[in-house]
Amino acid sequence: MSKTAKAFENGKAFIPFITAGDPDLKTTKELILTMAENGADLIEIGIPFSDPVAEGIVIQQADLRALASGTTTDKIFDMIAEVRQELPYFPLAIMTYMNPVFVYGCEKFMAKCEQLGIDCVIVPDIPYEEKQELAPYCDKHGVDLISLIAPTSEERIKMIAAEAQGFLYCVSSMGVTGVRKEIDTDIESMINSVREVSNIPTAIGFGISTPDQARQMAKYADGVIVGSAIVRICAQHGKYSAEPVKKYVREMKAAISEN
Amino acid sequence: MSKGRFGIHGGQFVPETLMHAVNELEEAYNKYKDDPEFNAELNKLLSEYAGRPSLLYYAEKMTKDLGGAKIYLKREDLNHTGSHKLNNVLGQVLLAKRMGKTRVIAETGAGQHGVATATAAALMGMECEIYMGKEDTDRQALNVYRMELLGAKVHAVTSGTQTLKDAVNETMREWTNRVSDTHYVLGSVMGPHPFPTIVRDFQSVISKEIKQQLLEKEGKLPDAVLACVGGGSNAIGAFYEFIPEKSVRLIGCEAAGLGVDNPKNAATMANGTLGIFHGMKSYFCQNEYGQIAPVYSISAGLDYPGVGPEHANLKDTGRAEYVPVTDNEAVAAFEYLSRTEGIIPAIESSHAVAYALKLAPQMNQNEIMVINLSGRGDKDVAAIARYRGVDIYE
Repeated sequence: MSKTAKAFENGKAFIPFITAGDPDLKTTKELILTMAENGADLIEIGIPFSDPVAEGIVIQQADLRALASGTTTDKIFDMIAEVRQELPYFPLAIMTYMNPVFVYGCEKFMAKCEQLGIDCVIVPDIPYEEKQELAPYCDKHGVDLISLIAPTSEERIKMIAAEAQGFLYCVSSMGVTGVRKEIDTDIESMINSVREVSNIPTAIGFGISTPDQARQMAKYADGVIVGSAIVRICAQHGKYSAEPVKKYVREMKAAISEN
Repeated sequence: MSKGRFGIHGGQFVPETLMHAVNELEEAYNKYKDDPEFNAELNKLLSEYAGRPSLLYYAEKMTKDLGGAKIYLKREDLNHTGSHKLNNVLGQVLLAKRMGKTRVIAETGAGQHGVATATAAALMGMECEIYMGKEDTDRQALNVYRMELLGAKVHAVTSGTQTLKDAVNETMREWTNRVSDTHYVLGSVMGPHPFPTIVRDFQSVISKEIKQQLLEKEGKLPDAVLACVGGGSNAIGAFYEFIPEKSVRLIGCEAAGLGVDNPKNAATMANGTLGIFHGMKSYFCQNEYGQIAPVYSISAGLDYPGVGPEHANLKDTGRAEYVPVTDNEAVAAFEYLSRTEGIIPAIESSHAVAYALKLAPQMNQNEIMVINLSGRGDKDVAAIARYRGVDIYE
């Protein structure tokens, strides 16, 4: 079994995302530790990118703030090493874009992930057809490369799900990341298509911010991913985000656990 | 499996959300590209609406003044809307209509591609929205009004560096938001497959015409073809037919801004490294961590941190050469061509003219050089005046 799958052993998984280095890496470390203690099952650590085309304005601005504060991939790895001293086994994911990985060196990047016990990587601009750019390095270092499916994937779902590792990231809505009032995609039929070919855990992301939405999504999927809503808290509270983030993570985990 | 590769470059590095759209586009393009009816309609638009074939003009005064190669100008500036951009746009909007789309979106730098897209949308009855960096809407204010006049909605993009790269980001984001009725009319030979191929095919009319016109006038092929390169659409259009003709030197002129050694430049071929961004593997101006660099050029149309994947491959294979041209050199060429031939070139095209001023005197008088004059310079007059310290407002 993949290491990532551990995140789905504790009931429905709550998967928060934060942008590393927003407002600084000391706060990021504090937030990871806080979220891990308060109901997160897998934490996505975002390596900021100058031009994150799959992100809405909230995460775009967080990325730019993080880069402006001098955050680099190496400094993020150092911060994760510190986190690992306190949380040696907690499931951790890295989410970033292909260019920061490619330019760092796919081999060097994944070797570092293995060394740090990173369980999986999420790279939204690597679709199924381009997996070979990255998958061999992930395989070599035992890091799951997470596959995504979207509302337009339709006949592609089975092809993608059949080869998916770790968990399958189900994009709830068209467009970019960001808080949405309503999610009107037929999530149930997306998940049913997955289930025809695979037992892989599924997690739904994009647009989820309220406990009600999370509860609703957790009816169909094995996990719920929340990014922009948390990043928005960080934008508002800066270095003092730990307390409000803790409260939010607890609420969300409680909501999805009601299923 | 990966598609649309040029050597190691190209590919389809887009989020899953867009894969359906790029696959649908590829299928439609394969269906229509050799369809006689589609081509008849496109050719009719090119000749009766755009004004093709564009002239191949012998620049006699310039030739005599420089004392070397015989210089011809491919007059894409005479194309309707004032640049080569319409060649691609007419093809793509026609294709979008065949696909049942009712709305087109596009990025624009200098505004030439935005104006062309707004024009084709008006002609073919499509809804149109254009994304343009805030900085570019300021330096090309006239083109913003022009697009609005043509019925398009123009969005000033305030994210990132507020230039062409950010306009592309924002158009891609909007496309993921609404793919079912919307086609993204990408303006250059960049982005995910099939765009670099589609745009190149629609622009290759430039080199097809150059070849035929020059055979008629001179009975031979050119010795050198020069074009400016941002993403690279006019250059690939001017080069494409000549790629198998090894005797023809292909020279892309990229924007070096304040100089290749100054941080304020956009010379991707000189300074860029291999990366994966905007849907493609290619060369990009970026830092050691793969963060895309905030590039600079006086020319909004060349102010882009990457280059199309086919150009990256032409560089790797050595089939084409790429040279940097500074703001100063481009402005001098802008003024030179205006005074010498009575033709005001776009500041983008002036980069190619600038290199011609250096190269032509080194060539023999029996050699022929073709400069692709990709656009006209009316849009740049106020900016060049300001560059020269003349306080003119549009």
